[in-house]
Amino acid sequence: MEQLIQQIASGLANGAIYACVALALVMIFVSTDHINFAQGEMAMFSTYISWQLIQWGLDYWIAFFATVVISFVAGVLIERVVLRPLHSAPVLSIVVVFIGLLAICNSVAGTAWSYLIKEYPTPFPKELFGLSGLIGAHQLGVVVVTLVVLTLLYVFFRYTPLGLAMRAAAQNPVSARLSGVRVDWMLALGWGLAAAVGAVAGMMVAHIVYLDPNMMAGILLYAFAGALLGGISNPGGAVLGGFIVGVLENLVAFLGNAAEKATGIYIIGNGEKLTVALIIVITVLTLKPSGLFGRVVVKRV
Amino acid sequence: MSTANPADTATSTTAAVPASPAAPVGSGTDHRWVWIVVAIAAALPLLHFIAPNVISDYRLFLMSTMMIAAIAVLGLNLLTGFNGQISLGHGAFYAVGAYTAAVLMDKLDLPYWTLLPMVAAVCFVVGFLFGLPALRLEGHYLALATFALALAVPQMLKYKWLEGLTGGVQGIVLLKPEAPFGLPLSEDQWLYYYCLIVTVLLYWGAWNMLRGRSGRAMMAIRDHHMAADTMGIDTARYKAVTFGISAAYTGIAGALSASAIAFVAPDSFGFFLSISLLIGLVVGGVASLSGSIIGGIFTVLVQNSAQALSNFVKNDIGLPYDLSPYSVYGILLLVLMYVMPTGIAGGVVMAWRRLRR
Repeated sequence: MEQLIQQIASGLANGAIYACVALALVMIFVSTDHINFAQGEMAMFSTYISWQLIQWGLDYWIAFFATVVISFVAGVLIERVVLRPLHSAPVLSIVVVFIGLLAICNSVAGTAWSYLIKEYPTPFPKELFGLSGLIGAHQLGVVVVTLVVLTLLYVFFRYTPLGLAMRAAAQNPVSARLSGVRVDWMLALGWGLAAAVGAVAGMMVAHIVYLDPNMMAGILLYAFAGALLGGISNPGGAVLGGFIVGVLENLVAFLGNAAEKATGIYIIGNGEKLTVALIIVITVLTLKPSGLFGRVVVKRV
Repeated sequence: MSTANPADTATSTTAAVPASPAAPVGSGTDHRWVWIVVAIAAALPLLHFIAPNVISDYRLFLMSTMMIAAIAVLGLNLLTGFNGQISLGHGAFYAVGAYTAAVLMDKLDLPYWTLLPMVAAVCFVVGFLFGLPALRLEGHYLALATFALALAVPQMLKYKWLEGLTGGVQGIVLLKPEAPFGLPLSEDQWLYYYCLIVTVLLYWGAWNMLRGRSGRAMMAIRDHHMAADTMGIDTARYKAVTFGISAAYTGIAGALSASAIAFVAPDSFGFFLSISLLIGLVVGGVASLSGSIIGGIFTVLVQNSAQALSNFVKNDIGLPYDLSPYSVYGILLLVLMYVMPTGIAGGVVMAWRRLRR
């Protein structure tokens, strides 16, 4: 029983990471209808930047915030330079460009910092008051940081004029433009924010999975699964979906393990993580494409 | 039927993919070109007896892998280019083909030349089954589902229950095919001819399919799904069957590669493979049959010359940058989308037409 609770707790920590990446994906999807396949590699690249800053002797939190700012600027630039010209391009072109970005981020990180696995520091203390054994300090820290980021974003979108303008630009670009919102810049800002949120996720997860250029592939897949499960058109739903998927991932491994102990037959374990994600993705897409909390889009032909 | 060129008939405004303006599939002159290319390709190994250093076994092997890649890209093109269903996970079907062939050879001791029909059947079924849920997905969503497939494939191949068949992480070691009937050909020379025969047959099959009724239906679905439906085309069946055929093509390429490399292991079928197929598609030209061949040749060239390119960039240009195939792919994917959206084949054809005018 205690093990089960432990698994759920660490699942929540993983889920927090997935929730961050899922939120980044949704932010881009809501405003442009694009699924950003490069989101994971962008986050990985940001994490390398923060690692480099820390190596140069900066304090963890200074490096953290510097990286968030750098990622934000980079995200805005990518939108303005790379994606803007493809504004009305067919889906295939856009997907291809995302895959191109993915490949470039991955290989540039690989050449700049080598493909060797690196340790990544954690800013949280080792010892934890009272709760030790149930959840690691870093995992708790991850959950807290994620919740802070999510709250900040919620406040930003809900209560600031800029947030309102961004939501307007995403929901109805034409009307928003007529009311004086600079829709183009709102899209770029959305990209910047997505990149920044992704960077936070990368920096949080790097301590757990270690830093290497391919570290985000599985995480991105789980974030996709979470975003789809919660509804890819609904930010809150995507966050919840991320948490659900995180717990689900651990539960599946845990139950698989328990089943193997009880019956001696191996069914599923940690080695099938990505397959589980694939099954979630395909199941949700085919059975309920709008997800648990998304709204059903009706297209007029 | 005097349909000149299947891709030409597909002038599209609402296409999900950039319709290739002039895919040299089967118009009269291009037809002749195909035969000339095939004749030259068939004669190449004979030059070995004249100039053994120029046509070495290694180069023939390289050309065989190019043909294999071309078949795989052709399969992807049937689906993405001609039917408008985006797949980022065709490496999965390549893996299924390679493993089917390897397991049949390894466990049942079947001779390599009996495998291709079985591989095609298996991959068709797998592709068809994956195509069924894919019927409900379009554009970005289908890309997402296939992206997930591409990432999960190596893991699935390592699944414990399959280990007895697939050899787990170790993979399966095979024998290279030898020339039959005591033909005086080396292994690589025979492999070359084997690949050439298969490539020509498959190309011919695809060309035939595309210029007829079914090809027009496929492209109609790509250009306007609903209009095609209204015209009485069974879109669901066509899409699922196209998925199956496409998977069968790519799977055959996988089986050939298993024979050629004489080894299969899970980690060679990762995401990178799917990206290679995608770049073959984009470079060669979306919805262009001959472009698929160019695309296949190109991917092998990039992978083989990456080291040389890297040295060139480092030593001659002086950039401290290791140019891996992955980065070449990435840069090319971006640049091509802006400069030559119809791929290199399409771009060359366009330039040629402009010159002739």
